[in-house]
Amino acid sequence: MFRPRVIPVLLLKNKGLIKSTQFKDHRYIGDPINAVKIFNDLKADELVFIDILASKEGRCISLDFIKNVGEEANMPFAAGGGITNIKQIQDIIAAGAEKVVINTQASIKPNFIREAADTFGSSTIVVCMDVKKKFLGKIQTWVSAGEKATGYNPVDFAKLMEEKGAGEIIVQSIERDGMMQGYDIDLIKSISESVSIPVVALGGAGNLEDMNTAFTQAYANGLAAGSLFVYHGARKGILINYPSKEIITKTIEKWV
Amino acid sequence: MNIIIVDYGMGNLNSVKRKLDRIGVNAIISSNPKEILEAGKLILPGVGHFSKAVKNLKQTGIWEALNEAVLIKKTPILGICLGLQLMCKHSEEGNIDGLGWFDAKVIHFQVTDKLKYKVPHMGWNNVTVQKESLLFEEIALDSEFYFVHSYHIQSENQEEVLTTTNYEYDFVSGLSKGNIFGLQFHPEKSHDVGEKIFSNFNKL
Repeated sequence: MFRPRVIPVLLLKNKGLIKSTQFKDHRYIGDPINAVKIFNDLKADELVFIDILASKEGRCISLDFIKNVGEEANMPFAAGGGITNIKQIQDIIAAGAEKVVINTQASIKPNFIREAADTFGSSTIVVCMDVKKKFLGKIQTWVSAGEKATGYNPVDFAKLMEEKGAGEIIVQSIERDGMMQGYDIDLIKSISESVSIPVVALGGAGNLEDMNTAFTQAYANGLAAGSLFVYHGARKGILINYPSKEIITKTIEKWV
Repeated sequence: MNIIIVDYGMGNLNSVKRKLDRIGVNAIISSNPKEILEAGKLILPGVGHFSKAVKNLKQTGIWEALNEAVLIKKTPILGICLGLQLMCKHSEEGNIDGLGWFDAKVIHFQVTDKLKYKVPHMGWNNVTVQKESLLFEEIALDSEFYFVHSYHIQSENQEEVLTTTNYEYDFVSGLSKGNIFGLQFHPEKSHDVGEKIFSNFNKL
């Protein structure tokens, strides 16, 4: 039977792996290639790499880095950060990634998603939307490392992205990033209910139970996390970790 | 015996080559019809739109080379994902004919519970072997493999069905007939079991 993917999301800053809390307080975790080697040994389902400052700094995630990951990774991986044109996607795929993750450019120019999906096929194009409530305001999606509000309501944006040909949507809660207190289930469910493409939950997972909740109650098809796979224990000691397949299948219930 | 990974401009072939490198099999990526004709074995990968793939294969002369190598010279071939779909008679994706080696069609997923079963079918799922095959030798029953696809095979000849998988309903996830093998999932993305598929294919 089908089971949802359990996906470590690895954030890059200046070639190092970092972990954020609510998109701030970047803490250095280690060497990303070393992390890939560990996730290979632990047989992770899939990996996602995001260069968090690329859009803000007007550049694209490093191709050399993706090549290095491609040489090592024994599982599918997606890469994103600062993608603005078709040539960049072509280079990233050629360097070994299966999928690209697009955030800022999807909001600025939704038709870019159409162009990308027509060129590479929908299953290659992943849209990540970062969601936060504005102070006393409405919930909306944000871009440029969570610094610019787009005015898009998350459900409307997800529907638009599906219509433009995105193959998958990562729904990330900015407020829950790094908190490890559970996903924003209502948010994820609202997106799952409004699109028919896979939805990946991100932001807030503190344990596999949280993932099970996102799967069984919010219909997330991918269960992604950062802190959960790079920290160990209450004091958040740095330790790359990933559950065994037995534990995943035992904890994450199947649909009846 | 050399293995040629057929390059017709669709998708990431390096991941297949890297997997073969890892198990010590030297494979060459080629789009040259002559090299394809002379290959000891062929791998036909591919990601993307069916009709664009057919167009590319025909424009490059690879289409004829594949037919001759596979049907006349009986070169063993392994199709992966779109590569498998191209081996069928017809696809709904672009409403166009494929190579027609298998008595099968390619149709879009027809799930009814759209909340639970999103399309593309993306992720890990069990593969159930339906007939004895050297390709699955020493692979545990119902092993998990990685899938990414919106269209699937509808076989019209039960004898060609190699594997099935369940995504709301059972669909055909692998076909085989003589020297021709096709898999809907990605062995190159499927950890150790995927490597085993390639080493079994290499041993054929």
